[in-house]
Formats: sequence, structure tokens, C-alpha cells
Amino acid sequence: MTPILTALAIWLATGVLCLAFAKRPRLVQVIGPAGAVLGSLPALFAASRALLCGSVWTLHLPWPLPGANFVIGMDAISAFFTLPIVLICALAAIYGREYLRPYEGRKALGTSWCMFNLLAASMLLVVLARNGVLFLLAWEAMSLSSFFLVMFEGEKTEVRRAGWTYLVATHIGTAFLLVMFVLLGQPTGSLDFDGFGRIAGTPALASLAFVLAVVGFGTKAGFMPLHVWLPEAHPAAPSHVSAVMSGVMIKTGIYGLLRTLLWLGPPPLWWGYLLVAIGVVSGVLGVLFALAQHDLKRLLAYHSVENIGIIVLGLGIGLIGLGSHHPLVAALGFAGGLLHVVNHAIFKSLLFMGAGSVLHATGSRELDQLGGLLKSMPSTGATFLAGAAAISGLPPLNGFVSEFLIYFAAFGLLGASGIPVVLAALAAIVSLALIGGLAAACFTKAFGTIFLGEARSSQAEHAHEAGPCMRAPPILLAALCLTIGVTAPFVIGVLKPVVNQLAGTTDLGDWTGAAALPLAVVACVGVGLLALFCILAAVRAMLPARRMTNEAVTWDCGYIAPTPRMQYTASSFADPLTRFFGAVLGTHRKFSGPRGFFPDSASYSTETPDMSRERLYKPVFIAVERAMSKFRWIQHGRLNLYILYIVLTLLALLTWKLGKS
Amino acid sequence: MSIWNFSYAVLGLLLAPLLPGITNRTKAVFAGRHGQPLLQTYYDLAKLLRKGAVYSRTTSWVFRLAPPGGLACLVVALFLVPAGDFAAPLAFPGDLILLAYLLGLMRFMTVCAALDTGSSFEGMGASREVQFSALTEPALILGLAALAYATGSFSLSGIFGGVTRPDWLQVGPALVLVAAALLIVFLAENSRIPVDDPNTHLELTMIHEVMILDYSGPDLAFILYGASLKLWLLGALLVNIFLPLTGRSGPLQIACLVAGMFVVAVVTGVIESVMARLSLLKVPQLLVGAAALSVLGFVLMLRYAL
Repeated sequence: MTPILTALAIWLATGVLCLAFAKRPRLVQVIGPAGAVLGSLPALFAASRALLCGSVWTLHLPWPLPGANFVIGMDAISAFFTLPIVLICALAAIYGREYLRPYEGRKALGTSWCMFNLLAASMLLVVLARNGVLFLLAWEAMSLSSFFLVMFEGEKTEVRRAGWTYLVATHIGTAFLLVMFVLLGQPTGSLDFDGFGRIAGTPALASLAFVLAVVGFGTKAGFMPLHVWLPEAHPAAPSHVSAVMSGVMIKTGIYGLLRTLLWLGPPPLWWGYLLVAIGVVSGVLGVLFALAQHDLKRLLAYHSVENIGIIVLGLGIGLIGLGSHHPLVAALGFAGGLLHVVNHAIFKSLLFMGAGSVLHATGSRELDQLGGLLKSMPSTGATFLAGAAAISGLPPLNGFVSEFLIYFAAFGLLGASGIPVVLAALAAIVSLALIGGLAAACFTKAFGTIFLGEARSSQAEHAHEAGPCMRAPPILLAALCLTIGVTAPFVIGVLKPVVNQLAGTTDLGDWTGAAALPLAVVACVGVGLLALFCILAAVRAMLPARRMTNEAVTWDCGYIAPTPRMQYTASSFADPLTRFFGAVLGTHRKFSGPRGFFPDSASYSTETPDMSRERLYKPVFIAVERAMSKFRWIQHGRLNLYILYIVLTLLALLTWKLGKS
Repeated sequence: MSIWNFSYAVLGLLLAPLLPGITNRTKAVFAGRHGQPLLQTYYDLAKLLRKGAVYSRTTSWVFRLAPPGGLACLVVALFLVPAGDFAAPLAFPGDLILLAYLLGLMRFMTVCAALDTGSSFEGMGASREVQFSALTEPALILGLAALAYATGSFSLSGIFGGVTRPDWLQVGPALVLVAAALLIVFLAENSRIPVDDPNTHLELTMIHEVMILDYSGPDLAFILYGASLKLWLLGALLVNIFLPLTGRSGPLQIACLVAGMFVVAVVTGVIESVMARLSLLKVPQLLVGAAALSVLGFVLMLRYAL
């Protein structure tokens, strides 16, 4: 427990120091990142010790606040979620140091680094908290610090709008959590997590708590249709912050959901169905909306929704496995979902860092303005390609392993009795296949338009590679993608205590043994594939040793003066798919074609606004506003009348109290 | 594990280039032409491997690494496919997912290489390829899932070893539906009519051929050989459903399966001769139709199981 307290202390202290030295940006740029990295080391140590050696502990500290106890604890699940938090925070801090350099002296870097370290500390506290009040306070600190990070460029209208959306969404989520914790604390009258298990005795209340958790934690995690803040906030934040928010912060929602499940006792089947349905909707719609975007960071944000969908799909299959007494299916579903949590943290932060480097080099996030960057940014391009392949779930990288486990679990359910169970498994299989194909389409689009071909604008033409601090973290993350991919059988051993804890009282048997053989073959095939690829590439390289190799222009079909602007763009690449799914996407197309004998201008643009924002929240919020505007006469700006309200309220309360006694 | 487990994959490596030859000969017979030699693909490969290469200045290492990468995927995938009773050398529970994703990896590389040339022709082909494959993949996995459900196995070897004659008698209609879906997947993945036309190189209708427009010499040889292997790979799935040979002797099974592959090549030729390419807007409907056939097959099997 000392390492964890040390980590929290370092993060908080360096955060405060950053604020104190806010006038000296150079110094802040040293203290902030150094604190983030130094703080993550002891936390990493504590988490790995808990996972590998099974050291579980709880710590009670006195805390004079009604209903609250300062209780933190470490168990398998907490340790598992701590790992990506500390890893990504440390790497993002190293990256952010260089990313923020152009802002030195122009922006309040002290505040930004203070909030960054506070965000790291609060995320750690969220996964360690063992008391409802402490949890909610950490949750709120996490939301607020990330809100301030998003508002880094608050002078821009779209950033302010994004920050506002985020603030509203996260607090609506927290409201549900508040109710849930009150409900859970009811039987014992204490908000310590120890007593929450009592609710399992009343299934109706447990189900209510489950739904509240799905809504409350789902808002943070980005379940469709609660995801509206994600595609706004991630593009608005600085890239290293997007990497942390999209990579790990939204996973605290998954953590919360899992932690809640531990208290609610044996899950009925419909919880599993609900999660599978959410997973299918978030996964498929997430990737479809990503496909329709041409802002790189917005595209990545929608992919977070998709990947959260995959995670929830795995957890849902796991719950169905528990409910229908298929322990192996349950174990594999949970294992797949959990592994995808880590995998997504790795490749998504890698991709956001890549996006940040591109933005840094060209000043543009607009895919259709970029092109040919692989030549000027070889390292960023290669790591982005690795991340793109990993997020598309391709072997031999890590994304494939977790999706494979979820497929494996779903195929296991096919043999179950009961039509709904089989249909849920089938839905999971189909949507995973569809998501895989669409994700590959989306990432060939993103990688192809940004890094391949010719530059489509002068900014892209004069791009430069990022500095060493912005190159190293993505390289490390890309190496991790491959490592997890080819060491899958060992990784599953790390997951074992976590999955067993999730299963509660159910005995899962030797599920790692059942998963070891397929994963071992997958890993061997991955290594074999790489080896064969190297051999074939070597053969290819040796073949024309003494033969002519010419360089020429790309075959232009006889057209003499092609320009880079004639290349296929991201929008044109995705157009067949976005038209095919047009009914869901509702893409607005603006087209004004050339007219007359001497046409001078033509333009075409597409925009895909978020479906749930447009069709679900907008009408609701407008209706609320309309209803509330009827009460506007109460709020007229006259202070003396406000004081009168207060006096009247106090009088009413006093009378009520007197009347009661 | 005996020599027969490896024989089918090894035979595939040797005999796959024969399949395009058979298909072309069939088409020639239908058109009343004499046609190319059966071994034309071998000649082409030998010729291309001896040539130099021309690269576009726009391209990068992505373009150069895609052909060996794609070929590596296909060779590995070939060792996942069983032959009758004989489990594939790399058989394991879940190999059907690996097979589908290896094809996905190969496609990812081809599409990236196509975009690397910066040509709108290649871009167009790549765009169509990802659209159609995104719809083909669910059809393939659903078809295999239906078979997995029927046989209770989650490995290609278990599935195809489990499709027996009694199965055909009991759930024949469902198997036919799944086989039809797999046939459409076979035609789409191998860019054959009615989805794509392997003969057109420079028209606005084609998909796969245009993506590889800028390749020449040994790179093109890698791609051509890979295309033959892909025919063998997906054809083998079809042949394995239709020839439930469990219990027969090794040589007989392998001989029947190889003969079956040739029949698949002939059938492809017949399909290409008797029908035209679908309009591009109709292709997605065909592919969704394939997925629907798989689902229908699945539902039929579900009923049978109850």
C-alpha cells in the first residue's frame, strides 16, 4: 500500500507545484511530465505485484466526513485496471511535454499539467476506492480535471461547446450513480463497499441497480446512445489528453460496471442480453459513424465507441455464460472483454498520438487535406500503421487475440440449449464479423489518405517528423501490440485471477487450460507468419539483383497532367459504404456542380452529424428548455426579491419543522 | 498426424495455378474458342519472376512489402484447411476465425498498397474492395458458424470431418443453403463474375485487377500466385462440404478432393460464361443475400436440432 500512497502523493504534489510555478512554463514542462512518470512507477509496481503475486490489501484511514470512510484497496480487478492507467498516463506525459512546447508562454501550461496529474491520481483513486463517497469524489475529480484539460483551447467556440457537452453528459451519468450508491447502501446504512453485497438478496433491487450502473457508467464509457460527448470532447482536447481520455479514462466506466456486478449476485440472463444488445449497437454504429467522418480525431473518437462495444459484447457473452451455466463461455467472454480493455488502451492511445503528431506537423486534422506523410514522417507512419492493423483486429497483433477470445466464447454458446441464448451468440458473431470488416475499411481509409499517395495540400507537403519524445511512446506502444499478440498464452495467465474474481462464487474450472491450446497455435501462427513474410520479402529482394528496376510515375491511363488533388480522398473512399448505410447515418451532402459553358466553381461536401444527438437529445433538451422557460418569470434579476424567496423558504421550513414537533 | 494431413496443402501450393487455367479453358469452350494452354498461369509466373520491375515514384515501402505479405498470409491459411477426414496441420478450435482474419490481413495490405500509388483508379478499386469485403466477411463467418452449430465443432477440421452422409440426408436443405452462401463468398473473394471481372483491367467496373495495376515483374508474380492459392483455399471449403468422404482410404479421399477442386474451377468457368457481371449497385445486395442464406441455413439447422 505504500507504493500506491507514494504514487498518489507524487501526482498531487507535482500537480500543486505546477500550479505554483505557473508563471514559469519551462519549469512546469519539467515538473509536470516528470511527476506523471515518477508517480506511475510505484503504482505500476503495486499493480503488478497484486496481479502476479496476488497481494491483496485494504487500507482504512480516518476521514472526518459523514457517511464517508477513506478506504482504498487492491485486488485483482483494481490491479488490472491500474496497469493501463499508469502505463498510458506516463507515456502520454512524455509525449505531451513535446506536444505542448509550441504553447509555452501562450497558454496556461501550469494549469494543464496540474489537471493532467490530478486526472491520473483521480483515475487511480477511482479504481482503488472502497467507499461510495470516496468513489464519487474521485469520479467527480476525474470528470472535472478532464473537463479542464478539454478546455485547453477554450477560446475556440467548438472547444467550449465540446467542453459544455462533456460537462453536462458526465454529470447526468453521475446523477444515476448517486442514486445507485444510495440504493446499494440502503440495507446496511453504510456506503462502504463491503456491505453492498447485501442487495443480492433482493433480485428486483439488484436489477434496478444494474440498470442504473449501465446508464451511469455507460455514459462515461460511451455506450451508444449515451456516447454523445465522446466525438465532441476527444477532438477538442490536446492529443496527449485525448490519448489518456480515450485510452483509459472511459475504461473506468467499464471498471465501475464490473465492480457493481460483483455486488449484485448471480446475474439473470437478461442482463447478458442487455449488454450484448448494447455491444452490438455501439460496435456497429460506432464504426459506421467513424467511417463517415473526415476529421481524424473525430474518427478515432467514434472508434472508441466501437471498441467499447466490443468490450461490452465480451462481458455480455460472459454474463450469458454465467446465467446459462457455461463456465468456459463465461470465462472466455470475460477474458476477451478484459483483454480488449488493455488492448484498446494501447492501440487507441498510439493512434491518438499519431494523430497528434500529424496535427503538429501539418496543422490539420482534415483527412482530405493530407497525404503522402509516410515519406516525411516514417516513424509516425509506421507506428500508425501498426495501430491501424491492431485496431482492425488483424493477426498477429493484440486486437486479434481479444476478439478471438470473444468469438471463441460466442461459438461456445452456439451449443447451448435455448433459442434466445443461441440467437444472442449469433448476433455477437455477426456483428463482430461486420465490425471487423468495417474497421479495416475505416483504417485503410485513415492510413491511406494521411500517409500514402501524394500530399493534397502544401501543409502536408512541408510536414516534418515529430521530435524524439513524440516518437518514442508510439514505438513502445506498437511493440506492445505485437508482444501481446504473440505471447497470448502467457497473457491469459495474467487475466486468470481477474476473471475468477468476476465469476464470483461460480467455479470456472481450468478455463485457461482450454484456452491455452488455441491461443498457443494463434501465437505460433503469428510468429510463423512473420517468419514466412521475412523469407518471402528476402526472396523478393534477391530476385532482381542484376535486373533493371525502374522508377516511373503511377500509371495515369494516358492522362498527361494528373495532380495530387485528383487522388481518391477519404470521403470518396468511404462513399460506397456510407451510401449503403445511408439510412442509419443520415449524411448531409452539399453539392453545387459546375454550371454554364465556362464553369468557374464547383463544390461538394459531406457532414455526418451524430444520430443520437440530432434525433434523441436535441428534441428532448429543446422540450425541457421550452417547459422551463415558463418559469422564467421567477428569475428576473432583482436581488431584493431573491432575498425575499430565501426568507419565505426559511419561514416555510421553520413552520414545517415546528408543526412536526 | 500423417503425410495425408499435409498433402492437401502441399498439393495446393503445387496445383493451385492450374485452377485459373481450367476456368479459362471452360470459358473458351463455351465461347467456341481454342483457348489458352491449361498451364498458362505457370508460364506467366515463370516469365514474371524472370523480369525486372517498375515502381511508381509515389510509392513507399508499403507498396513493396504488400505482395510478399499477402502471399505469406495465404500460405499460412492454406495449412488451416482440412481434407476430408484429415485434420489440417494447424487445426485447432477457432481456426475458422483465424482463416477469415488472415484473409482480412491480406486484404488490408493489398488495399494499402493500392492507396500507396496515389492513383484514383487504384483508389476506386480499393474503395469497392473494402465495401464488398465488409459484407462478405459476415457471410463467410455466418456460413461457417452454421456448420459449426450443425457439427458441434469450432474448428474447420472438425466441421468438415463432421459433415457426413447422414447429415446430408437429415439437414440437406440447410447444407445446400450454406453451400450456396459459401459459393457466393468464393466468387466474391476471388473477384470472379458476377461480382468482379478478372478480364477487365482498365475499365471503371473492376475491383481487384485495378488495385494491382501498378505492379510488375516478380511482385505481380507473387500476386498472381496468391490469387491462385486463394481460389484453392476457398474452393476447398466448398469441396469439403460436398464430398463427405469420411472413412475412405487416404489416397482416395485426396484424389476425390483434388478432382473436386477441378470441378469447382469448371463450375466457375460455367458461371462466368453464362452470366454477366452484376451492376456495382447490385453487388452489395448479392452479398447481403449470401449472409441471409447463411442465416436461413442456420435457422433450419436450429429447427432440426430441436
